[in-house]
Amino acid sequence: MSVVKLSNVDIAITRGGIKIVEKISFEIQSGQILGLVGESGSGKTTVSMALLGHTRKGAVIESGSITIDGHEIVGADDKMLRSLRGGTIAYVPQDPGTALNPGLRIGRQILESLEKHQPDVDHEVHMARVREVLTEVALPSDTDFLRRYPHQLSGGQQQRVAIAIAFACRPKVIVCDEPTTGLDVTTQSKVLATIRALCREHGVAALYVSHDLAVVSELADDVAVMYAGRIVESGNRDEIFFNSIHPYTRRLIRALPDIAGRNQILGISGYAPMPWDRPSGCAFAPRCADAQSICSQSVPELTKISASHNVNCHRHKDSTKIVATARIERESISASAQPLLGINNLDGFYGSRQVLFDTNIHIQPGECVALVGESGSGKTTLSRCIGGLHDDYKGEISYFGNTLGKHALERKKEERRDIQYIFQSPYASINPRRPIGSTITRQLELFFGMKGSAADARVKELLDLVSLPHAIITSFPDQLSGGERQRVAIARALAAEPKLLVCDEITSALDVSVQASVIETLKNLQSSTSVAMLFVTHNLALTRSIANRVAVMRKGTIVEYGGLDEVFNSPKAEYTNRLLQHTPTLK
Amino acid sequence: MMSKIRDFFNQGGLLLFALGRILAGIPIIIALTVLVFMATQALPGDAAVSYLANTATPERLAAIREQLNLDDPLWVQYFSWASDALRLDFGMTLTGETSVSAILGERIQNTLILMASSGIIAIPLSIVIGTYAAVRRGKIFDNVSSLVTLVLASLPEFVVAIFVVFLLATNIFQIFPAISFVEPGTLAWADPMSLVLPSLTLILAVTPYVSRIMRGSMIEVMESEYIQMARLKGLSERTVILRHALPNAIAPTIQVIALQLAWLAGGVVVVEAVFAYPGIGTVMIDSVKARDLPIVQAITLMIAALYVVLNILADIGTILSTPRLRTKHARKNDTSDVFAAMDGDQ
Repeated sequence: MSVVKLSNVDIAITRGGIKIVEKISFEIQSGQILGLVGESGSGKTTVSMALLGHTRKGAVIESGSITIDGHEIVGADDKMLRSLRGGTIAYVPQDPGTALNPGLRIGRQILESLEKHQPDVDHEVHMARVREVLTEVALPSDTDFLRRYPHQLSGGQQQRVAIAIAFACRPKVIVCDEPTTGLDVTTQSKVLATIRALCREHGVAALYVSHDLAVVSELADDVAVMYAGRIVESGNRDEIFFNSIHPYTRRLIRALPDIAGRNQILGISGYAPMPWDRPSGCAFAPRCADAQSICSQSVPELTKISASHNVNCHRHKDSTKIVATARIERESISASAQPLLGINNLDGFYGSRQVLFDTNIHIQPGECVALVGESGSGKTTLSRCIGGLHDDYKGEISYFGNTLGKHALERKKEERRDIQYIFQSPYASINPRRPIGSTITRQLELFFGMKGSAADARVKELLDLVSLPHAIITSFPDQLSGGERQRVAIARALAAEPKLLVCDEITSALDVSVQASVIETLKNLQSSTSVAMLFVTHNLALTRSIANRVAVMRKGTIVEYGGLDEVFNSPKAEYTNRLLQHTPTLK
Repeated sequence: MMSKIRDFFNQGGLLLFALGRILAGIPIIIALTVLVFMATQALPGDAAVSYLANTATPERLAAIREQLNLDDPLWVQYFSWASDALRLDFGMTLTGETSVSAILGERIQNTLILMASSGIIAIPLSIVIGTYAAVRRGKIFDNVSSLVTLVLASLPEFVVAIFVVFLLATNIFQIFPAISFVEPGTLAWADPMSLVLPSLTLILAVTPYVSRIMRGSMIEVMESEYIQMARLKGLSERTVILRHALPNAIAPTIQVIALQLAWLAGGVVVVEAVFAYPGIGTVMIDSVKARDLPIVQAITLMIAALYVVLNILADIGTILSTPRLRTKHARKNDTSDVFAAMDGDQ
């Protein structure tokens, strides 16, 4: 029996009637997990909230029907919704750091759901359930723990508390909105296992919303792929991951960093349109390599491929199988006598706290070394030391054999020019009050004294290098998407004609398809300009697509350092092994 | 609330923090004495000349200079005045009949009664108005209260006072006395009616600021994810507002409340003058007119010290109402096992 049933749900902005999502239909049986996949702006969160009868301010469920355990949600009054929410259908938020109330103890936050939905039950029984559900999510359940505030827990523990809140009243349905986004892979894999076990054991139907296909492939029974407010393809897990038909699904899978295979990741050019400027016809057509004239004229109808597999694509019949996968070509770069950058016995500190321990890394000219680690491992501190942004360290960083000054200000101009730093957030690292052209020109003027038409010509060359249109020279950062901004940041770094790019988690704020195209850009740059890179990331799978060598960092120590194949095929450190095991992947 | 107070005293760290803030207040108070002393020195002529003005004769000048030790070097004058002042001994008034402390003692109590009766009403009232306006954002109550508080906030308090008198004491209704006549030797609450209009004026002056800040703070909290989460748990709107939103919204408002209470101490001067209320405000104005410097110095110093004290209280209050800060200042052993727990999660 379907516990969740949506048919033809439209959700629109009240003013102007612009549709955020259209014609959403799916069902979930009890004990089953449906993965709802999509990139930012696809409307997946809007759909997930609608299951609880909740819409963002200014939006409304216009038409269609949503039934949860036999209750109609669309048009239900507040009283009805309140009795369902938290009791019959529960919600696990994306970021428990902001979704748990900072002013209430966690015991109270779990208890209040029970008090609300089972008002006739004794307090002792409720407390017993609070402790039981905490045990179910593998957390301590002693009184001391119940009296903690959210900020006294780690990110993984906070997410477990959020899951405990959701499962407290034994709901029939649970909605998870990317609940593992902020977590490290090992923690993520444990949280996912918890969710899976609880759904199976208690026969809970789950909607699992995520942009991460790998996670969904490990968790979901069925998958629905959303693009620009519509479900473009749905089916069971194998149909979507191994026999997908829609070009978007295929490209999304191709954009996924693959930890096991040696397939080069492939990005999708462009980015998903916002609800108010979606094209007529198939919304994916402008980004689709296989689009024909019909694609931009009419919206494709749903076509049944099998009992469970549906697709909305005009070209579903003649769509060829997934594009042949390009294998990764990678020359091994031999260690020369004089590395470009040497990090020798570096100990890093924050005041009296040591965060880096005897770190050694050498980067050869033209080589890409990936620095992998979970949050708090010290990888960003190390890259900041290299960039001259953190000077509280002992040991040496040498550049072509010469010791570099600790602080950027103590370095020679050429040294600063040759080592360029790209920051994690393209939203914060580009001056919002300068047009893009002037952001890049500034570098040219600073390092080469280049001005006027010479500088303009060079800016255009740089934009070509990072595949950005020349038209954006006069744009301001807020007119660009995240992927475009990160390309601007890369172009700005390249303007200095660096020998080394320090890339600090530069794709973590981006959608997978955009991440893949940024990686492609970097790959091309590496072969055309032979710039060396230190590529810092928490995503081990991603390093496969870009790195020559990998350094794995844990708690400030490099536990593994070697060539790509060595690290992936025969890891020496137990920790690397654990990371490899826990990284979600298509299997 | 009780449990918070209990926690507060159980946690030695917090007590230390409070002690630290109080210690940090001491140099500020000492600096204040210097400033107040310097300010009065900066007036043209010396205290004796300005007090006696036209009636000055060389003999009387000498007598007053003698009384005030004006012939000593400046630093000697300062130290004798400041060390007395810190012991709350502000010397004799220039009329020479009574000590400053004797005059002020009763007046201070009257002023504190006035401030307390205004604060006790104004603060809860502004929290309620701010909260309700935030909850009903964009609705009639919000729009009307926004307009009214804006108008009140932009009016000087003496205008409000005159309006209040016009409305409730003289021209329209004659309910309350326009002048607060309190028998010398009795305190203001002996005649509660005399308190009503001055308090009302101060309430009308303070409520707009605090309620607007409260509204803003509450709106920010109501849009946070944990409020959405609370709603998605199926909690009633009442529980969402009272349990989840309000406690988190009050913390940022505490600083503003403290500043407004401190402002009351200054604002009271004008309001007391309008109602002839026998507090320090009227004394202040009389003494300025009479150029009775010891009293002016004493009152200025007290009002300034009140600012310092209220700010310390606000800091402590903010910490008490914010678990994140509260636990940070708590004893080490309360947080040390958190890191152990974090390791267990990896």
